Amino acid sequence: MKTLIPKEIKNDFPIFKRKIHGKSLVYLDSASSSQKPKQVIEALSNYYEKMHANIHRGIYTLSEEATLAYEDAHRKVARLINAKFKEIIFTKNTTESINLLAYSLGLELKKGDEILLTEMEHHANLVPWQQIAKRVGAVVKFIKVNKEGELIVDEQLFTKKTKIVAVTHISNVLGTINPIAEIIGKGHKVGAKVVIDAAQSIPHMPFDVKALDADFVAFSSHKMLGPTGIGVLYGKQELLEQMTPFLYGGDMIKEVTLEDSTFNDLPWKFEAGTPNIAGGIAFGTAVEYLTNIGMHNIEQHDKELLKYAHEQLSKVKGITIYGPKDLKKKSSIIAFNFEDIHPHDVSSILDTEGIAIRGGHHCAMPLMKILNLQSSCRLSLYLYNTTEDIDALVKALEKVRKVFK
Amino acid sequence: MEEILEHYKHPRNKGTITNPDIQFKDQNTLCGDEIQVYLKLDKKKMITDIKTEGKGCAISQAAASMLTDAVKGKTIEEARKLKNEFVFDLLQIQLSPVRVKCALLALFAVKKGIYKYLGEHYHDEE
Repeated sequence: MKTLIPKEIKNDFPIFKRKIHGKSLVYLDSASSSQKPKQVIEALSNYYEKMHANIHRGIYTLSEEATLAYEDAHRKVARLINAKFKEIIFTKNTTESINLLAYSLGLELKKGDEILLTEMEHHANLVPWQQIAKRVGAVVKFIKVNKEGELIVDEQLFTKKTKIVAVTHISNVLGTINPIAEIIGKGHKVGAKVVIDAAQSIPHMPFDVKALDADFVAFSSHKMLGPTGIGVLYGKQELLEQMTPFLYGGDMIKEVTLEDSTFNDLPWKFEAGTPNIAGGIAFGTAVEYLTNIGMHNIEQHDKELLKYAHEQLSKVKGITIYGPKDLKKKSSIIAFNFEDIHPHDVSSILDTEGIAIRGGHHCAMPLMKILNLQSSCRLSLYLYNTTEDIDALVKALEKVRKVFK
Repeated sequence: MEEILEHYKHPRNKGTITNPDIQFKDQNTLCGDEIQVYLKLDKKKMITDIKTEGKGCAISQAAASMLTDAVKGKTIEEARKLKNEFVFDLLQIQLSPVRVKCALLALFAVKKGIYKYLGEHYHDEE
């Protein structure tokens, strides 16, 4: 089978030259973090070698160049999701983006106000809300998950008291694609602000914040070919303007006296201190790389490969696959268990064949409990994966079986 | 490796003890694996019986199996002083840093249980 993206794309990713235990690397853990193309790695070293200076400060060539490049990265990200420049805030990662919201929006909630989440949230979109709710006396409610790992969107959960709805677009465990347009609509109907955790979706598909009418969207650079230590918070301009900053300090202010301060314009109001300049610039390069291939093409490639992986894995005796049976409702993530072999053991033995998959609770312990699972294996695909990677996995699973027979 | 798999498939000292002198539940935060240990002591605070409960990977289960055999007959004073190397010597394989946590799950549960029994605070070696 030929997929849309040619397998030669692996040549752009230096890590695939590496041997693991003498075997070629088969990387099936991109939902955790993606690998980096040489263009992104070069952007990092190029910045430090030729351009480094602090931004928004120096009136000299280096600082001006660094400032321009860092701001330009915001513009590239804005174009990717159809946002305005002012609406793109660089953070450390998705987790920090959500914490920013939890502290800025959440602390203003009143006793009895409701925050609506789902049972399938990554800890990043659960713990911040849960803890802030405890402080202000807000109530956290949950959209339930059925046995196939799909949301049961019950209209009655959306009430006049619902102030914030925070939902993951795609489950990081099961790959379930959630009906976020419907949830955003229902949230807005009761006057709530809707936050989308798009960490697993924006790397893999076209995403339009305006078409969705999302209020806030959080995602990470490192899951979409960019460096670690850079994340994004998108927010509607009018909402961001009303909000109080999360972090205070340098670069986020306009004027400071000993008694008071006025805050900088968007997006800098939310980017206190010297940011991850190199990471931001290289993230811009990653976005460019993805855009050149085309988000539609990446989505298509992932879909074809998901279908192939499902077909091949289903043929393996002793495999149980979790999540939606309808592949149209599923992104390029497959959670599974093999025989009754512990996912750690499966991962360990696959590693000896150079194959990297995830085994564990995937930072979603409540969901695992609902599915009645202690842990699972998880493979996740991206643009550099091929049908050969899946074939290698299937073959190596037979080795796992032999060891534990 | 062979011996680990043998212990994994036929673990020693699995189950519970009614009215244990020491009972402790611990977790591997990495994967969510849980272990529950039960200890029975005699008057000299010697471990006369030990059982473990819980599901886990081959490394953690084999380590629990080997460790529980090895601590029987030791006093809790001896047992709480056991070093990580004690378990590594029992397993006799090279462990990656991540798998070290699996291997030490049972040992930590036993030690933490003893500390709790003695009313003392447990400090990690690291």
